[in-house]
Amino acid sequence: MSQAETTIPAAPDDVVLDVRDLVVEFRSGRQRVQAVSGVSFQVRRGETLGLVGESGCGKSTTGRTLVQVQSATSGSIDYQGQDLNTLSSRSLRQLRTKIQMIFQDPISSLNPRRRIKDIVAEPLAIWGKGTKQERTAKVREMLEAVGIDPDAAGDRRPGEFSGGQCQRISIARALMAEPDLLICDEPVSALDVSVQAQILNLLADLKARFQLTMVFIAHDLAVVKNVSDRVAVMYLGKLVEVAGSDDLYQAAAHPYTEALLASIPEPDPDHTSSHKALTGELPSPLNPPSGCRFRTRCPYAQERCASEEPLLRELAPGHQVACHFPVGPLAGGPSAG
Amino acid sequence: MGRRRGIRTLEFADVGSHQGPLLVVEDLHTSFRTPRGTVRAVDGVSFEVYEGKTLGIVGESGSGKTVLSRSIMGLLPPRDVLRSGTVHFGGHELSAMGENELRAVWGAELSMIFQDPMTALNPVKRIGVQIAESLVLHLGMDKKEARSTSVELLRSVGIPSPEERVRWYPFQLSGGMRQRVMIAIALACAPRLVMADEPTTGLDVTVQAQILDLLADLQRERHMAVILVTHDLGVVATRADDIIVMYAGRIVERAPTRTLFRDTKMPYTRALMDSIPRLADPSGARLDAIAGRPPDLVNPPAGCRFAPRCEYARDKCRQQEPPLRTVGSADHLFACWYPLVDGVSTAPPVKVSLDPRSPSTQTSADTPTDAGPRGDEPGSGTPEAETQP
Repeated sequence: MSQAETTIPAAPDDVVLDVRDLVVEFRSGRQRVQAVSGVSFQVRRGETLGLVGESGCGKSTTGRTLVQVQSATSGSIDYQGQDLNTLSSRSLRQLRTKIQMIFQDPISSLNPRRRIKDIVAEPLAIWGKGTKQERTAKVREMLEAVGIDPDAAGDRRPGEFSGGQCQRISIARALMAEPDLLICDEPVSALDVSVQAQILNLLADLKARFQLTMVFIAHDLAVVKNVSDRVAVMYLGKLVEVAGSDDLYQAAAHPYTEALLASIPEPDPDHTSSHKALTGELPSPLNPPSGCRFRTRCPYAQERCASEEPLLRELAPGHQVACHFPVGPLAGGPSAG
Repeated sequence: MGRRRGIRTLEFADVGSHQGPLLVVEDLHTSFRTPRGTVRAVDGVSFEVYEGKTLGIVGESGSGKTVLSRSIMGLLPPRDVLRSGTVHFGGHELSAMGENELRAVWGAELSMIFQDPMTALNPVKRIGVQIAESLVLHLGMDKKEARSTSVELLRSVGIPSPEERVRWYPFQLSGGMRQRVMIAIALACAPRLVMADEPTTGLDVTVQAQILDLLADLQRERHMAVILVTHDLGVVATRADDIIVMYAGRIVERAPTRTLFRDTKMPYTRALMDSIPRLADPSGARLDAIAGRPPDLVNPPAGCRFAPRCEYARDKCRQQEPPLRTVGSADHLFACWYPLVDGVSTAPPVKVSLDPRSPSTQTSADTPTDAGPRGDEPGSGTPEAETQP
């Protein structure tokens, strides 16, 4: 797939992560399934890029390839000049300390039989970094940074903590290796809204304090919009829209983005969404629809959508969309169908 | 959907014609004996639900909302449970019924949709068999009739090609589809009341919207009452007629939905609303998180149970428990000494200490950002067992 070369310019200096034409295939019996089919995006230093879409759209797989717990079938993941896909396992191991991940289920991502202080110290223990005293001091610092009292919590085990507290501990562990880039895969979707707000605020504070660059993956656009500078919307293995967070909300151009916005429950009894709600389910990635992959659920689909795949193109500066017939305020632009 | 005409073990034909509220819960208490002490999960809850109406029950994890719904249903573990108070359903006292009597009510008149459709469905039975089960049991249908009704039910909950899917197993379906099957099972015998406990938690927002819309459509068609239990006020805002907000085992506010949102009295309700990220807010806007978490129900704090987390708490709040009361309209109840008026607390001013940040939030001092005291979780390092002295 060569579309990315035409739409994405050469990486500027401040680009930390440059993903091009990422393809991830899985085997399913004799068939091959593309979970990610040709995704390209860039993340600039200090930026938070939100990756949003439904279950099965490939957003988590994309996140997992960024930390190389899942290897890519093709394409490149350029992290500060090094392609993670082709790096030797030795250099990759070195580099991985700089890229850390936070997972969805905070309780199962912590070993239930280990003490909190040992769980958090693990990244340093693996690398043999620092003396014992230095490690202990660092564990204290990180636990305090995430709002956990190290004296009360250090000797306890994950089962004694709530979901929100376990997520704080996971975050502390991820920060131990002093990463540049933090990949957050649905970090708040298992939490109550009240705890979710605490964790989102915490991530914003830590990002500022440790100068982190983040990729934030979630299915709830309201959550993604709150934390992200830019948002990439993914559907069935492909990006359908990329724009600044506020821009995406005010001028959603892809019908799928419109539908995602419509599905968010607003805490307002008089709220009536102006967007159209989504019907049906995600089609099987084993046999994706021809042309535009969203056309089977799209209220505006026309013949052209079935025959010709829409490429990601710039609708306004910094606002890309892959749709023949975009909607919203930008639709009147020169390239609208 | 066939009309009920089977043999019943209990005469429930008069449920529909019963005058007054369909469900009346009075002073319900439910406690669990644990090694740490007695956990008062539901502590004196009273409310009514009327025919065809939707009641939202909202609260955080640990507020007692799930125990409340199970206690009403009579779905509690057999041992180490203490229950008092009464539950009347269609004039019959559910709380006085034994298991055999309850079985005649469950599924037929009163059914439940559980949070996790994967564990609530039997993984080794075809979904058609699971739907047909209650049709045969309660409505006395024969196998063939139950089978064709199952197909119709699957169609009514929006499952494509139901003739084929009826033979599928739960694992072959997506989470949203499984929840649709759960709804089909719950509605199979046309119950008068459906209790939905977090029916969309764990589902994508797009699927959540579909499932909630489906439930609302079916409710209108069948004139059912629905109790929607959730942690997210956004989920019930446009769907419930009345909302109950629970905190630490008690009702802290109860009002018609629009009144609750327009004229919020209890600071906890306001805080729950404010913690939801809004699309219209600019990105990066700081959320008004509620500091801390609900108290340990073995030893709830004296006075107002929300006082330790309330930004307006005064001495009176920490000493005397506020009763559930009304001011003005009779259908708006709240438990707060200093209710909000137009979003402003009526609490008297207090002497401001030298440190503008409350002394319990020392963690924020380590964060050189604009972390306000409300963004933290004071004492969060203390595990549940030791939250209370």
